[in-house]
Amino acid sequence: MSSLRDRGGPAQPLLSVAGLRKYFPLRGPLGNTNAHVQAVDGISFNVMKGETLGVVGESGCGKSTTARLLMHLIKPDAGDIVLDGDPIGHGGITPRELRRDVQMVFQDSYASLNPRHTASAEIAFGLKVHGMKSGQAKEHAHAALRLVGLDPNLFGDRYPHEMSGGQRQRVNVARGIALNPRLLILDESVSALDKSVQAQVLNLLADLKERLNLTYVFISHDLNVVRHVADRVLVMYLGKIFEIGPAGDIYANAAHPYTKALLASRLSMDPAHRVTAAPLTGDPPNPVRPPSGCRFRTRCALAETICATREPPLNDIAVAHQVACHAVTPGSGHSQAGGIANAA
Amino acid sequence: MSAVAEKAVIAATKPARGRATGGFWRRVARHVLRDKVALLCAAILGAIALSAIFAPWVAPADPYKTSMIRRLLPPFSPHFILGTDELGRDMLSRLIYGGRVSLTMGLLPVVLATVLGGSLGVIAGYFGRHVNMAIMRIIDVFYAFPSVLLAVAMAGVLGAGIVNSLISLTLVFIPPIARVAESVTTQVRNQDYVEAARATGASAARIIVQQVLANVTGPILTYASSLVSIAIIISSGLSFLGLGAAPPIADWGLMLNTLRQAIYVAPVNAVLPGAMIFAASVSFNLLSDSLRTAMDVRA
Amino acid sequence: MPPEPLVEVDNLSVRFVNRDIDIQVVTDVSFQVDTGEVLCLLGESGSGKTVTMRALLRLLPPHARIGGRIRLAGHDIAAMTERALEAVRGPVAAMIFQEPMTALDPVFTIGTQIAETIVAHEHVSWREARKRALDLLEMVQIPSAARRLDAFPHELSGGLRQRAMIALALSCRPALLLADEPTTALDATVQIQILLLLRSLQQELGMATIFVTHDIGVACEVADRIAVMYAGRFVETGPVAAIIQRPAHPYTAGLLHSTVQVDSRGARLASITGYPPDLTLMPPGCGFAPRCQYRQSDCDAAMPDLTAVAPGRMARCPRPLLAVAG
Repeated sequence: MSSLRDRGGPAQPLLSVAGLRKYFPLRGPLGNTNAHVQAVDGISFNVMKGETLGVVGESGCGKSTTARLLMHLIKPDAGDIVLDGDPIGHGGITPRELRRDVQMVFQDSYASLNPRHTASAEIAFGLKVHGMKSGQAKEHAHAALRLVGLDPNLFGDRYPHEMSGGQRQRVNVARGIALNPRLLILDESVSALDKSVQAQVLNLLADLKERLNLTYVFISHDLNVVRHVADRVLVMYLGKIFEIGPAGDIYANAAHPYTKALLASRLSMDPAHRVTAAPLTGDPPNPVRPPSGCRFRTRCALAETICATREPPLNDIAVAHQVACHAVTPGSGHSQAGGIANAA
Repeated sequence: MSAVAEKAVIAATKPARGRATGGFWRRVARHVLRDKVALLCAAILGAIALSAIFAPWVAPADPYKTSMIRRLLPPFSPHFILGTDELGRDMLSRLIYGGRVSLTMGLLPVVLATVLGGSLGVIAGYFGRHVNMAIMRIIDVFYAFPSVLLAVAMAGVLGAGIVNSLISLTLVFIPPIARVAESVTTQVRNQDYVEAARATGASAARIIVQQVLANVTGPILTYASSLVSIAIIISSGLSFLGLGAAPPIADWGLMLNTLRQAIYVAPVNAVLPGAMIFAASVSFNLLSDSLRTAMDVRA
Repeated sequence: MPPEPLVEVDNLSVRFVNRDIDIQVVTDVSFQVDTGEVLCLLGESGSGKTVTMRALLRLLPPHARIGGRIRLAGHDIAAMTERALEAVRGPVAAMIFQEPMTALDPVFTIGTQIAETIVAHEHVSWREARKRALDLLEMVQIPSAARRLDAFPHELSGGLRQRAMIALALSCRPALLLADEPTTALDATVQIQILLLLRSLQQELGMATIFVTHDIGVACEVADRIAVMYAGRFVETGPVAAIIQRPAHPYTAGLLHSTVQVDSRGARLASITGYPPDLTLMPPGCGFAPRCQYRQSDCDAAMPDLTAVAPGRMARCPRPLLAVAG
């Protein structure tokens, strides 16, 4: 199905992002702009065909903004997005064409589905936008509902308030796959669900990925969930990428101090071995005036002068594993640099 | 449990919230129908409206027929159940015919203002930023004037008469409705489902009509319905001041003016048109309150 | 003779009744909490855990009907007047919430809010109360506490606001702390800080704590005992380590297995089939039976009782897993 639209073969990234930047102006009382929220500040990464790329980070890191930039719901201030070899904009693919191939599943909330639309009407909306006639759109919508495990006869005519959180989220997923995309961006799609329902939806997503030959960008703050679904993981902090690499590597051999702290902040499931010390103190800093140099230096135990003066670039430290940290990059000038980082 | 079995269980499970409670308007209607006060108001308004529409058949006498001998007869006089006015015309007939003018002057400006002001507000709310600023700051200029003064001033500029009153009242109500529409649309605009609609590549017009409108008409209509009672009062005021309906047209406000001198001689007659204004406007008010509560309830 | 438990709840039930609805949200809940103990109410949405906790201080909407007996440090909560209850809320028991912005008044500085509470309950001078407020802010580890006394809630970050709310709750030295999902809205690195803070405060001050959460990880980190709730009833109670290692009730087992663990990568998650229950359409038997893989005919016939399955452990199941596993 989607292999017909495949243009570059498996080696070409499905999505290639370079230097993406988005600042949100903060307006003063007279409407003048006196500061910017540096939501996403020059990030570059690839999404390979058929993989699940996990994006993790805490609030203010820019992962939701990145999702909206990828969908072109927000226009980037700078940077390029390339879909399977064709650039978005600049005479290449229009945003409308982009949305045939890239769709998004939002976080479950009452507001992710139109309260005045039935499930099948909501799904059919997108289909009609792309030219399908009413009857055919309804057929397709019902097929999408079946794919996500909801009987269209029972759920097609239901309103969001007549469904549970898990059912609503399935409708969200159905809406995302109805247009037959190649890439699905899942923005905190299971975060608001009860754990037992979360497991169902994660299983559903795994099934759909295989059946429909999808690629996923899975955004979440829950590291355990990302570990379960992702092939590769990208760690964001205050608009920057700190680490990116294979999931197994990152979870076993995280190199960046922030990634290590995030992993160590996970709650233990064993009452006999509780966490005894918080890995990080304080709250994430203000994205309006981020620290100079490395943005993590204000909370980092390894911070030195070099960290304040120079922003660490993403460097390879292992196969397909990149880190932006002076302390683990040989030759950076940091006192601890000089060898490859050890595990833990 | 296997994937197949899991799917079967899910498909067979009943909905989490039991009965399918239906669409938004059906729920609102159900709530309003259970509200006794609202039903009473609806009945009163229905009676006024129906008698106004079918006035030629319902009114006992000709509202324009004067009679110098039968001036200011009290209520319950023979043939004149509510008495006569200062020119001998039957009060009941004049009140019924007056309902035509007064209700029209109450409803029509609000309907027009809802369409015009609502559209402006929705556009300003959806597009935001510069479009919003352009539209809303102009609206704010008009908002700065108290509505009665604005209506009087415009009637002064345009001249007296029913049509001019309608125009000036419409202009008076456009700003508040636009404001409410803009505020509600801005809230709706930021919801995820609108983002999701944008994510399908839909045009702004399609999103506004198919996604946004259904969610904003509720609050806008509730607000507009509360304006009807004000419209009735202001239009009666305009007629009272001689800026609205002109004699010999039957209009409640005008009747209040012409019966003013009779207030010491025939107080009941003089008060009757006021009572009608009161009844109509309070009924609209309470009905719109009930609508608002109905829309707040989540089934 | 062992000291009287701080909290004694007997056959608690809560029903919401008004013109539109009539639902029993909590049924037959009984438990005790001793001084210095941490009890966790664990459950998903609709389980009744928050309503149960709020019923302890009668912090429920007016259309709630509370039944059963509630004793808090000797006070009979169900029988007290509203005015008498005001004296209990604060000095005896205090609550912290999920969203600190709703607990903190946005137009007053946090120093003022804390001092005001102290003055209202303990009748000391304002200066004395301000000094106590400063001590409290330091106790909850707010950096630059003196400066932060004059900060407004919106000027603080999420983690600091949460700490300020904890300080406010502790201001009257309560014997019992009620925590309603206080870390759910926080980032991971902040959540662990707050949980550790709560743990150390609880140990330092010897408070009893009742913690409501849907996250098993939170329960593992803070609880001594947990009570698992489903559809308004307790389905399992006992020490946290024992339950996590060997759950007795199928729902608890299902919850544990469906929680994403470190080693579940790539495998299918063992999820609990079906959806959380609709409290208006409960079957006559066990509320969990429609979703239970061990269901048999006697499960649907009548509601099972909460029975002991091991020393200090109870489960509401005719065939608890402990017995099955052997």
